[in-house]
Amino acid sequence: MGDSAYSFSLTTFSRTGKLLQIEYALNAVANGRTSLGICATDGVVIATDKKLTSTLVDTAHVGKVEAVDSGSGMVYSGVGPDYRVLVRKARKSSQSYYRQYREIKPVTQLVKSTASVMQEYTQSGGVRPFGVSLLVAGIDGDGIPKLYQVDPSGAYFGWKATAIGKNYVNAKAFLEKRYQDDIELEDAVHTALLTLREGFEGEMTSENIEVGIVSKADGKFRVLTPSEVQDYLDEAT
Amino acid sequence: MSILEYNGAAIIAMAGKDCVAIAADTRLGVQAQTVACDFRKVFKMNDRLFVGLGGLATDVQTVDQLLKFRQNLYELREERQMSPKVFSNVLSNLLYEKRFGPYFIEPVVAGLDENNKPFLSGMDLIGAPVYTDDFVVTGTATGNMYGMCETLYKPDMEPEELFETLSQALLASVDRDALSGWGAVVHVITKDGVTSRELKGRQD
Repeated sequence: MGDSAYSFSLTTFSRTGKLLQIEYALNAVANGRTSLGICATDGVVIATDKKLTSTLVDTAHVGKVEAVDSGSGMVYSGVGPDYRVLVRKARKSSQSYYRQYREIKPVTQLVKSTASVMQEYTQSGGVRPFGVSLLVAGIDGDGIPKLYQVDPSGAYFGWKATAIGKNYVNAKAFLEKRYQDDIELEDAVHTALLTLREGFEGEMTSENIEVGIVSKADGKFRVLTPSEVQDYLDEAT
Repeated sequence: MSILEYNGAAIIAMAGKDCVAIAADTRLGVQAQTVACDFRKVFKMNDRLFVGLGGLATDVQTVDQLLKFRQNLYELREERQMSPKVFSNVLSNLLYEKRFGPYFIEPVVAGLDENNKPFLSGMDLIGAPVYTDDFVVTGTATGNMYGMCETLYKPDMEPEELFETLSQALLASVDRDALSGWGAVVHVITKDGVTSRELKGRQD
């Protein structure tokens, strides 16, 4: 993590008190493909646009929505390879936690430790911040569904519903209009798909989006299969 | 003499109906010489969780402090109390970290879980746990204690009967062990709170 030759941080304050590297990282996020999440009374849904550059790309092997442990999963907007590093670290930290406490790591703790890692990379020698914002979804032992956003700076926020990436302004406005505190998971999935479709370039199919849900019924996070996504898309039209 | 017998101890934890009780002698010795009769070996971690540490006295106190350390950080981070099952695992982990230079203690954990059901566990000095639903014992008089508990124990005792049974089991066990005794303390834990009593036993 950073070369020993670089004992100084590459992220330093500007005169106006800004950390420009973090601002630039946020730009990288804003250029990434849209992701969103919605917290329902009985679960959480996260989804992303995984539209790729050419029709020749085999989307089945691209995983953007990833489970971290049985009770939580995440999705991102920004630089894919950076995301994969964070997923790896999050998974390892979940397993370490289980070894110590024999309990599944709660989402809130997972978010805190991931955020802490991201913050380290803004202050350690010889490294740059991660070019991703994460949406972390999960249900803890207390049964309350949770959705968090984690930014490159390491700041994290709890959300009822949010969007990040390219079209996030419009997507958030759309969500603000449609969100209700008593929304249920099924509705939340439909709303998520409608929101994604709003800013989608071209036709939205089950092959070029990815959806993950965690429901209170079984407390397990899973990525929906393309056929399940297709069912939801058919219901929406 | 083994290092685990240097200071002497006798600790029993027993489960009742929606309650647990844990009792320990209060002798601190240096081999044959008795040095104190008010040495604490059972520690309250919270209103529903007690740990009894038998073995080398310095490690008894050190491990109590280390457990408190880990528990406090957990409660600050997670904003909730540590359940007995999790605590038992933390202790097991703590001991195994010192696998090749262990703490010379053999602990017992007694508590009530979120549903007020009794939780008991015991482990060896390197953290190998055992979970039971009746009783766990540790110390220098384990042979005596196992015999007494096996004979006197019955399931689903109410707090008052549990106290009596546990006290008799402990007192009879330490009387035949030179290294434990010289007074005892019993804690009975129910969902409504903890009752602690000192036992009057043979002072020899």
